[in-house]
Amino acid sequence: MDLYQELILDHSKRPQHAGLREPFDAQTHHVNTTCGDEVTLRVRLDPNAGTGPDAVVADVSYDAIGCSISVASASILAQEAIGHPLADVLGTYGAMKTMLTSRGQDPGDEEVVGDGVALAGVAKYPARVKCALLPWSALTDALARAGADVTAGPKPTTP
Amino acid sequence: MSATFTDAELARLRADFPILSRRVRHDAPLVYLDSGATSQKPRVVLDAERDFYEQHNAAVHRGAHLLAEEATDAYEGARETVARFIGAPAREVVFTRNGTDALNLVAYALSNASAPGALDGVDPELAARLTIGPGDEIVVTQMEHHANLVPWQELCRRTGATLRWVDVTDDGELDLAGLDAVLGEATKVLAFTHVSNVLGTLNDVPTIVAKARAVGALTVLDACQSVPHLPVDVTQLGVDLLAFTGHKLLGPSGVGVLWGRYELLEALPPYVTGGSMIELVRIESSTYAAPPQRFEAGVPMTAQAVGLAAACDYLSAIGMERVAAHDHDLVAHTLAELAKRPWVTVVGPTDPDRRVGAVSFTVDGVHPHDVGQILDDSGVAVRTGHHCAWPLHRFLRVVATTRVSFSVYTTIGEIDAFLAALDRVPAVFGLEAASA
Repeated sequence: MDLYQELILDHSKRPQHAGLREPFDAQTHHVNTTCGDEVTLRVRLDPNAGTGPDAVVADVSYDAIGCSISVASASILAQEAIGHPLADVLGTYGAMKTMLTSRGQDPGDEEVVGDGVALAGVAKYPARVKCALLPWSALTDALARAGADVTAGPKPTTP
Repeated sequence: MSATFTDAELARLRADFPILSRRVRHDAPLVYLDSGATSQKPRVVLDAERDFYEQHNAAVHRGAHLLAEEATDAYEGARETVARFIGAPAREVVFTRNGTDALNLVAYALSNASAPGALDGVDPELAARLTIGPGDEIVVTQMEHHANLVPWQELCRRTGATLRWVDVTDDGELDLAGLDAVLGEATKVLAFTHVSNVLGTLNDVPTIVAKARAVGALTVLDACQSVPHLPVDVTQLGVDLLAFTGHKLLGPSGVGVLWGRYELLEALPPYVTGGSMIELVRIESSTYAAPPQRFEAGVPMTAQAVGLAAACDYLSAIGMERVAAHDHDLVAHTLAELAKRPWVTVVGPTDPDRRVGAVSFTVDGVHPHDVGQILDDSGVAVRTGHHCAWPLHRFLRVVATTRVSFSVYTTIGEIDAFLAALDRVPAVFGLEAASA
């Protein structure tokens, strides 16, 4: 079935940047209440770039217990967020969310979401969308707790 | 053990359930193995609801017209049918929204009973049993559905009582020695399930009730997973109160049942108050109607109760002994087949005689959500997750399980279709090929 792309299975078996690391500015713990899946996620902002419009995500580390979709999503998130400007990360989040909630209408733009396009098939299964969004909701929550402005909304990403 | 169905009988029975002829993903025939979450409904149940609305609809217990009389007769007739189904007098049967509502009713009635003056006029010995406060203990078990756990946590929070619990053995049985250690003079309530919705374990109710009786504790039984599969007679179980839901019993959603010994219902104050449940209302205070009306505030779920009665009649016509024998065949076949797959771990008793209704399991190296997704791709509907029994899953040291659960219309062929789909799982996730 098209849901389980090789890329997703690779990410879920060998999650990138996994594990909880120091230093971090904020940590969140999000749970999928229907299945008990959990993600603990830490975020570190580059102290030299501040928390304003020029903020940069220096590190994302996580411990994800869950299905292949949620673990792969956490792995892809870390890959797409670490070392990127906050504005780009929020742009990726916005594009992922649009793709995942499109019921299969939006195939996703690899330029924006990177390996996240492999999760496009999830959009056809409404019950699994929560699995894919779980680490992203943990990230935006952590960014807000770290003092970053996540309400400004995603900005267009420059390729 | 009664004879189970012939293939022809089962095919005729399945034709009563319109949804079972649906085709789902990739035009595969629906294999519905999620009846523990909610059962499908036979046409007679749907017809009963429709007939009520088309011919008799009115608000019950009020109105001076013919339809109001007919609606009241239909509702009270439904109560009599449901009561007969569980061996109880009609006045001991309270209609609720669902099983959760029935259990909350008991927990809230008990804390309302603990308010000063709430039990004035009640026999002092009974009043003492129904009054809960600091120093008292409420006992539950590790295998409870959240619906028979959270209301008791909340009762403890409101009254200052202490929550205690009984563990589960490695075989998925209640630890009866542990129960002896937990029960004591301070125990006011023992709330436990008849059949675990995850493990399928059939608890030994009379033995457990005898232990609770010995310390004077009230017994509250969650029968949501037993009433659909077994002959249940409240007079034989010995419990004080029992809850079940209609939608798992081939009935509509939106109706459940609380059964209670009349002397208890008569002593307990109401949970929800308002219209229909009063005796006399003055502007400053009111008195309550006798049970069961005392616990049925507002216009009740009449059509749903009528539909539930039709479901009980449908099952009675088949015979609950045969329903139970059929369930036993399904459970035994599932356990035997899963045991041939070393990459599958079943939770709960290995002996089919100790089980009812459901089999939950894990697949080595694959999350249950992913297992469920592969099964769904073949048209097999199962439940994955913690099944509203999160503490039990923690106790079993698993995040989640995959559950197949049965009903009267489930076939051995459907279980074989499930097994064939399950055998795809290791390959999809690139695990060591499973030679079944």
